[in-house]
Amino acid sequence: MAAHTETQIFPGTYGSRTQRTRNQPARVLGMDENRLARGLGWFSVGLGMAELVAPRAISRLVGTGNHKTLTRAYGLREITAGIGILSSQRPAGWLWTRVAGDMIDLASLGAAVESPHNERGRAIFGLASVAGVTVLDVLCARRLSQQKARAAASIIVDSSPEECYRFWRTLENLPRFMEYLESVRVTGPTHSHWIANGPGNVPVEWDAEIIDDVPNHRLSWRSLPGADVTNSGTVEFDPATGRRGTIVRVRMDYGNQVLAIAAKLAGIAGRDPEQMIRKELRRFKQIIEIGEAITTEGQPAGRRSSVTWLDKIAR
Amino acid sequence: MRANCWQGKRNVQVEQVPEPKILNKRDAIVKITSTAICGSDLHLYNGFVPTMEQGDIVGHEFMGEVVETGPEVKNLKIGDRVVVPFPIACGICFFCGRGMTSLCENSNPNAWMAEKLWGHSPAGIFGYSHLLGGFAGGQSEYARVPFADVGPLKIENGFSDEQVLFLSDIFPTGYMAAEACDIKPGDTIAVWGCGPVGLFAIKSAFLLGAERVIGIDRFSGRLRMAHDKAGAEIINYEQADVLETLKEMTGGRGPDACIDAVGMESHTPGPMYAYDRAKQAMMLETDRPIALREAILACRNGGTVSIPGVYGGFVDKIPFGSLMNRSIQIKTGQTHVHRYLKPLLERIEKGEIDPSFVVTHRLRLDDAPQGYDMFLNNKDECIKVVLKP
Repeated sequence: MAAHTETQIFPGTYGSRTQRTRNQPARVLGMDENRLARGLGWFSVGLGMAELVAPRAISRLVGTGNHKTLTRAYGLREITAGIGILSSQRPAGWLWTRVAGDMIDLASLGAAVESPHNERGRAIFGLASVAGVTVLDVLCARRLSQQKARAAASIIVDSSPEECYRFWRTLENLPRFMEYLESVRVTGPTHSHWIANGPGNVPVEWDAEIIDDVPNHRLSWRSLPGADVTNSGTVEFDPATGRRGTIVRVRMDYGNQVLAIAAKLAGIAGRDPEQMIRKELRRFKQIIEIGEAITTEGQPAGRRSSVTWLDKIAR
Repeated sequence: MRANCWQGKRNVQVEQVPEPKILNKRDAIVKITSTAICGSDLHLYNGFVPTMEQGDIVGHEFMGEVVETGPEVKNLKIGDRVVVPFPIACGICFFCGRGMTSLCENSNPNAWMAEKLWGHSPAGIFGYSHLLGGFAGGQSEYARVPFADVGPLKIENGFSDEQVLFLSDIFPTGYMAAEACDIKPGDTIAVWGCGPVGLFAIKSAFLLGAERVIGIDRFSGRLRMAHDKAGAEIINYEQADVLETLKEMTGGRGPDACIDAVGMESHTPGPMYAYDRAKQAMMLETDRPIALREAILACRNGGTVSIPGVYGGFVDKIPFGSLMNRSIQIKTGQTHVHRYLKPLLERIEKGEIDPSFVVTHRLRLDDAPQGYDMFLNNKDECIKVVLKP
């Protein structure tokens, strides 16, 4: 048992959600992209506040004449992006909104350089400053987008690791608790074919292989090249203290973030991946403990549509 | 079938809806013979419980006759008369195994929602918001009852509906609140709120050996019932200073235990009410804990504050220093109804209590909206409404 208790899913610190795909961390201005993103986030907030509070001074500084309302609107945009970056665990999307904002700024400043009403020297200084930040934004956004999207969750199940493993290892069982899956068909000792529900009920299919199989303890799988949605996952089963069942830990990696966002749009990887895994684990627990997942789908209510906004965000 | 549906703040309507079906193997369908409006339904009615949706069927106190059973329900037959506990519980998981059925890990399909608000999820509850499972409730002609093999209590000995209906919630709720006070001979218990749960808490405190029980409310009808039917001494908080009066009654020491049977929408004649109401309106706090604050300050050193009253979110100005420095313990939770069903039915059988004493109004299910209005506004000294589908 001792060899089996080492945990791979949460090595060292629990709950770390992103990892770099490269071996060597890439550095810009001596910072890795996560730190750089935070810096740019604070920069956004600071610049936004300045634009909001002192639009005239900012306009004068970059020689764009006196467009108070417009400058304030840009300020709001900056603050939104800044808060988005700082409060998000996966800020790549927010970084890309900064890049879009930079384009708007560059266009505005470009017009200002051309305009005879403005101070040409200052406008060129403004243009150069924004261009510098844009380079950083693009670099940072690209690097963040290459990070893998990772989601992990765990649950305690009142059953033995053996029973939990056996149920999971029978891959045909997965669609019983992973609701986005239509079916999993075993095609070989380690190979299987997965079909998921895509948008508009168009099925999305891929082949997967088991890459690590420690009976009663760990199972890892990954999609084979050519999959619509590259993904891999690991599940571990460890006995809980005091014979209180099994701690089941799952980690899923969805390709890189660009693919993850695409998958999200396609409605497959779904909403918040971590929340999705937590829901799947709950259903897994219910199937193991009480034989099936509890549901309210199909019960009566005094409304025309059976699907409400809560159901939508719940799925 | 007809069912009472939540339509928005202060708006419930009896609508025509489809009949419920068996959705899980351990479900049963119950044809409801009696159902009641609970004080906690008023929190839904007043719009203080999040994640209610237009059209949700409300109601969690009901009983009736089994008309259909799922393939894995072996202990119930068609025609059995049952009382249904308001929390939904699998009977198997870690918490159910320890008797804490209102914390069942397997009965809330929307557990993730509760986890976001409360950190972890309790059990699902009939007709009590999507946060607690989004289960259709029992103020209707029929209801689907999940885990029917472990929840419903069979009634076999000719009691009237009103004598056993309140085993579904308010009797066990009052009883668990009193039990949490760990009552010793000679103890004095103070109960904030003389609504149905408060009344059952008073009765239960006496059943469990309290020597004095003091009921606190502002409505004369409730105070009269607490005094005449439940045997409590009474304080009208609009006419007397509660803390001073309790000190006077207990020689300055305070009650041995205090029960807050009011919950998130308490009242006070003083400026604190305006303060909390304003904060609630501005969403700076979700619940008004006026009775709870008073219960903490009133409780004797080393005593217990027991909270059956429902809270949903966040409160402020809780006198935590008073709790800590005076060794006061807090006991609370949704009622683990399942574990009280049989013992309390036995007490009814022995004639120790007849729970029907709280009923003041009997209405048709179609008059449910009127019942909510009467109960909320204490019209016609309304204390407990029973609806007949």
